[in-house]
Amino acid sequence: MNTAAASIYVRLPAWRARFVLAVLVAGFAVLAGRSVHLQTLDTAFLQGKGEARYSRVLQVPATRGRILDRHGDALAISTPVKSVWAIPEDVKASPEQLRSLASLLGMDRGELARRIGDTERDFVYLKRQIPPEAGDRVAALGIPGVYQQREFRRYYPGGETTAHVLGFTGVDDAGQEGVELAFESSLRGTPGSRRVIKDRLGRVVEDIESIRVAEDGRDLQLALDGKLQSLAFGALKETVRAHRARAGAIVALDARSGEVLALANVPAYNPNSRTGLGGPQLRNRAITDTFEPGSTLKPFTVAAALELGRVTPQTVIDTAPGRLTMASYTIRDAHPGGAMTVAQVIQKSSNVGAAKIALALPREEMHALYRRLGFGAAPQLGFPGEAGGRVREAKTWRPIEQATMAYGHGISVSLLQLARAYTVFARDGELAPLTLVKTGMPAAGRRVLSGETARAVRAMLELAVQPGGTAPRARVAGWRVAGKTGTAHKQENGGYAAHKYISSFVGLAPASDPRLVIAVMIDEPSAGQYYGGAVAAPVFAQVMQGALRLLAVPHDAPLEPIPLPGEGEEAGEST
Amino acid sequence: MAKLNLLLLLVLLACALGLVTSQHHQRKLFAELERENARARELDIEYGQLQLEASTWGLHARVARIAAGSLGLAAPDPRRVRVVELPAQETAR
Repeated sequence: MNTAAASIYVRLPAWRARFVLAVLVAGFAVLAGRSVHLQTLDTAFLQGKGEARYSRVLQVPATRGRILDRHGDALAISTPVKSVWAIPEDVKASPEQLRSLASLLGMDRGELARRIGDTERDFVYLKRQIPPEAGDRVAALGIPGVYQQREFRRYYPGGETTAHVLGFTGVDDAGQEGVELAFESSLRGTPGSRRVIKDRLGRVVEDIESIRVAEDGRDLQLALDGKLQSLAFGALKETVRAHRARAGAIVALDARSGEVLALANVPAYNPNSRTGLGGPQLRNRAITDTFEPGSTLKPFTVAAALELGRVTPQTVIDTAPGRLTMASYTIRDAHPGGAMTVAQVIQKSSNVGAAKIALALPREEMHALYRRLGFGAAPQLGFPGEAGGRVREAKTWRPIEQATMAYGHGISVSLLQLARAYTVFARDGELAPLTLVKTGMPAAGRRVLSGETARAVRAMLELAVQPGGTAPRARVAGWRVAGKTGTAHKQENGGYAAHKYISSFVGLAPASDPRLVIAVMIDEPSAGQYYGGAVAAPVFAQVMQGALRLLAVPHDAPLEPIPLPGEGEEAGEST
Repeated sequence: MAKLNLLLLLVLLACALGLVTSQHHQRKLFAELERENARARELDIEYGQLQLEASTWGLHARVARIAAGSLGLAAPDPRRVRVVELPAQETAR
């Protein structure tokens, strides 16, 4: 053991101490290097990993824009509702709970059991879009495996009154028809998302970043006047019912701004509960359907002749004997009138007179006028399914076709196009551009006729609603009205149906300084009367009177009582 | 030297506590902001629902029905209406 004791005094080799020191230094160097590496190079990755433990991405909902009328009243609003869904495998509910769930959802109990019993599927909707209060009560039942999600549902307070203009949205709140579809891109909201830090109780304690800003849809203010729309729809519906007609449509335009103040169709539907809807109800006839306008086109024939200087309002046209045979076709007047002035041709709505005027015109001129009036091309409103109508190329017109086109056969237009064409007479020769959106100011038009011609035709149109004209029933007490009736045979199977008509009336008021153009179309009135002056003109008068009063348009006629037309006084029209 | 160190330590402690307090304060304010945001959303939704309700009660067809029915109102005969021009309009012309 001496050696052990002696070794205390042995001097250790110096390298051993240095070796230990070097090892320690190397160890520290590795640690330092590693920490530098973590702190600098890997830091983004590690921080991301760390944040993922407590940060969450939240969805920020966005609402669809509202649709308002020109006075700011709501026509369509989205409001949150709940959709109830379930994971069938996880559902554990007592029969008692299932019963109350079925009654809360307004579902048949068998149907509910069938949906929950479908364990093949991981996800079933039990009921979509229930009111939030009902959703809260469903949540209060506390059935495991039954969940809810928030969705938006569109409500239309106006119901069927505004159905065709507004259209509707689908279950996912995206536009499917009408204005909802036409202005989808601006109405639609874009949901956003943001990253937040949540504490252990699930409360949001800090905002880290906004990944995408939620953008609510923009509100859309239409040109529509809620009161006028309601008045127009009511009057139209009543007339369609009283005349047992198949359908009807009405358009009211502001002559100065070209705004669509009212647009309604019958039959309509309730956009808030769209079950069992068919094509006829959904069709927005005023915009998407075309028809042969009949005599409402005569003023344009006369305007073309006046413009070319072929006739003056006082030129006498011989319409005797009320028939005009061309090739194998005979044009007839319902009430043969003998010799009459051009103004009387419009007043009495003589087919023979209009045909004779047209035959004196170059067909290219007529065609060019129709095109300038916007016939044969969609009105560019941006509305889905706008019809352009049909105007055939001038070089294909035979004389008989040119003659029938003079009184509105062999050409097809939509009611909206027809109403717009009449703004030419309301604005002293300018065609107003149409808009569904409120502009609230006069719009610059496109000149189609000279002011002189337009005013001359307007004076003739005023005669048509006087006693002795075709539409004394279109008159409105206190204001001068001008307008034209139309009664066209309906086309069927390539020919004209004998006893099916489309009655129409297009007019403007007040005649001294026109503010409004209203067009009415009644499809197949079948309660005995079918002349435009008897079926469509009263609707026009009713709506026009209400509209003039609503817009506070000053009177331009004495307020004398209007004698109701007797049977003999009302001139029957031919087409 | 030791005095300075002690002073610095105290300053450090004060800063640390201040940081904790302001962090806490920030979180409280943030929670409040979140609450108010949620309330704003709820009020917005309620506003929409009330607007909907107002439109439904104020439907023109309904107003017309009540006016003509239970209130017995009617539009005046056009002959009994006088249209008065506003003086402002006259001067403008």
